Amino acid sequence: MQPPAKVPLAPPSLPARGLAGPCSPPADRGWVWLTRHTALRAARSTSRANGLSAASYSPSALRRLLSSLAILEQRDGKLNHGSLSAITAAKKLGGPVHGFVAGDNIKGVADEAAKVDGVDKIIAVDNAAYEKGLAENYAPLLVENIKKGGYTHIIAGHTAFGKNLMPRVAALLDSQQISDITAIENENTFVRPIYAGNAIATVESSDATKFITIRGTAFAPAEVGSGSAAVEDGVDPKAEALAEWVSEDLAKSDRPDLATAGKVVSGGRGLKSKEEFDKVMLPLADSLGAAVGASRAAVDSGYADNSLQVGQTGKVVAPQLYMAVGISGAIQHLAGMKDSKVIAAINKDGDAPIFQVADVGLVGDLFEKVPELTEKLKSSS
Amino acid sequence: MSALRILVPVKRVIDYAVKPRVNKAQTGVETAGVKHSMNPFDELSVEESVRIREKKSAPVEDICVISAGPPKAQDVLRTAMAMGADRGVHVEVKDGEELEPLAVAKMLRAAVDKEKSNLVILGKQSIDDDAAQTGQTLAGLLGWAQATQASAVKFEGDTVLVTKEVDGGAETVKAKLPMVITTDLRLNEPRYASLPNIMKAKKKPLVKMSLSDLGVANERRLKVVKVTEPAPRQGGGKVEDVDGLISKLKELGAI
Repeated sequence: MQPPAKVPLAPPSLPARGLAGPCSPPADRGWVWLTRHTALRAARSTSRANGLSAASYSPSALRRLLSSLAILEQRDGKLNHGSLSAITAAKKLGGPVHGFVAGDNIKGVADEAAKVDGVDKIIAVDNAAYEKGLAENYAPLLVENIKKGGYTHIIAGHTAFGKNLMPRVAALLDSQQISDITAIENENTFVRPIYAGNAIATVESSDATKFITIRGTAFAPAEVGSGSAAVEDGVDPKAEALAEWVSEDLAKSDRPDLATAGKVVSGGRGLKSKEEFDKVMLPLADSLGAAVGASRAAVDSGYADNSLQVGQTGKVVAPQLYMAVGISGAIQHLAGMKDSKVIAAINKDGDAPIFQVADVGLVGDLFEKVPELTEKLKSSS
Repeated sequence: MSALRILVPVKRVIDYAVKPRVNKAQTGVETAGVKHSMNPFDELSVEESVRIREKKSAPVEDICVISAGPPKAQDVLRTAMAMGADRGVHVEVKDGEELEPLAVAKMLRAAVDKEKSNLVILGKQSIDDDAAQTGQTLAGLLGWAQATQASAVKFEGDTVLVTKEVDGGAETVKAKLPMVITTDLRLNEPRYASLPNIMKAKKKPLVKMSLSDLGVANERRLKVVKVTEPAPRQGGGKVEDVDGLISKLKELGAI
């Protein structure tokens, strides 16, 4: 167990009650009754009460204490820092947190991950067969390591990698995954948006092993600090890969990554063509140091690459500033950006739904207003 | 290469253009009297299956659409048949009794066995639950190859090349049949069913069965504690010009 300071979920009154111990039976019994619902609390209170009355906990609560495995992503020997959000979520659950990485020549990634604050151990599997994250062999690999570690919670980002992999792993262990969560209520209960974020569901899982993908914007990535977690070789079942990686075509960009950028400028159908999109949006992005996003209409019309799409079916972003240019604000688009801190909108239609959510709106022709804005931002900085 | 027997799971969901409302009891979303249609990603799956046949990129023996849901799920099966699917299977589930993705995948595994399918094409997610799991779960249960978020599907001899949408761009993988593919928006543009085809679809075979016919139960692992409206966001009003925009953004600490 970590020291209580690192697991601040329990109400402050609990330790005091716990320490009152067997001398105060009614209070103590009440507390045990309350806590034995959840293995998490049982685990915490055991450590707090110094094994005070372990026998009074239900056996099932003690049989399997909470521990989490956070699946970390890497590419070409570089740790994906966005995937460290999984560690943040795992820390919120309490209990030991292990990180998992696999790929070709993984040592550097594992050593870096071992420095992340709050990680107790990094499980690393060095095998080029896992480099591209093919679910067909990566899933059995995870299954073996989950079995060995006896984890109660497996957490990955709701990214292309996590979405592809996790349901397959969950299926192999007969567990119903909980997708794209935005909050953790307790170790069984999670909050997730449904219907493009138009409703928020709280769900309670009865599975012994919980598979969870998390919304990155809801859990800040854990910091690479000065930790020194042990790095341990994982089990490698060397399962056959039924699929083969052929090639990739990744958009190269010097601008910040869309999913994690502090500022995002996003263009829609109002940009009219790819040339105009590049001419208007890219200088604006550079004047703000922002990532570029797009609505589905802009992507479908070929103005912007599909990987830039913000919305229910694209990326979900929650930057400090989201500037929507020539975007009407359909519900599918809002699903991807309405948790942004500040939303600004520029649109020539004053009745566009985007203005209902925008903190600041400007009605006008984007082909005039955006270049003017870009100039003024440049000259003021 | 053996002829393709394609299974296409489709789901009836609240129409994508409708803004869903949480019900008063906070147990779910109001569905009564709300327009429903086929999950948009499932339209892409049906379209792709029909195109594989039309383009003769691989020999297609059968395109079977399947849906689990209340009696009205038959409407989306008929739509899929009007788009070109050969036949439909309706797994009847009581109104209001939802299946979780794991249960759907188990049902589909049984259907794959029954129908001797060697390719399953699903949407990448349904726009109601937004779980994005069923295809991958099914592939795991079957022990088949999977290609998720497909933007292009190409047949080369007995292998299938699939270009997938991934974070930051695209990735291409190849696998031998049998396999599971999930569709992404860029894959194709679904056709509209023409009136003559809608009429013809009424005569295509539609088999009704129950979960128990497929040897599966609706086992729920997740309990919905509550469903609430998201915190409303208040618009902050409009400004007159670019200077006003900049000063407001500075005031809000956004720049």
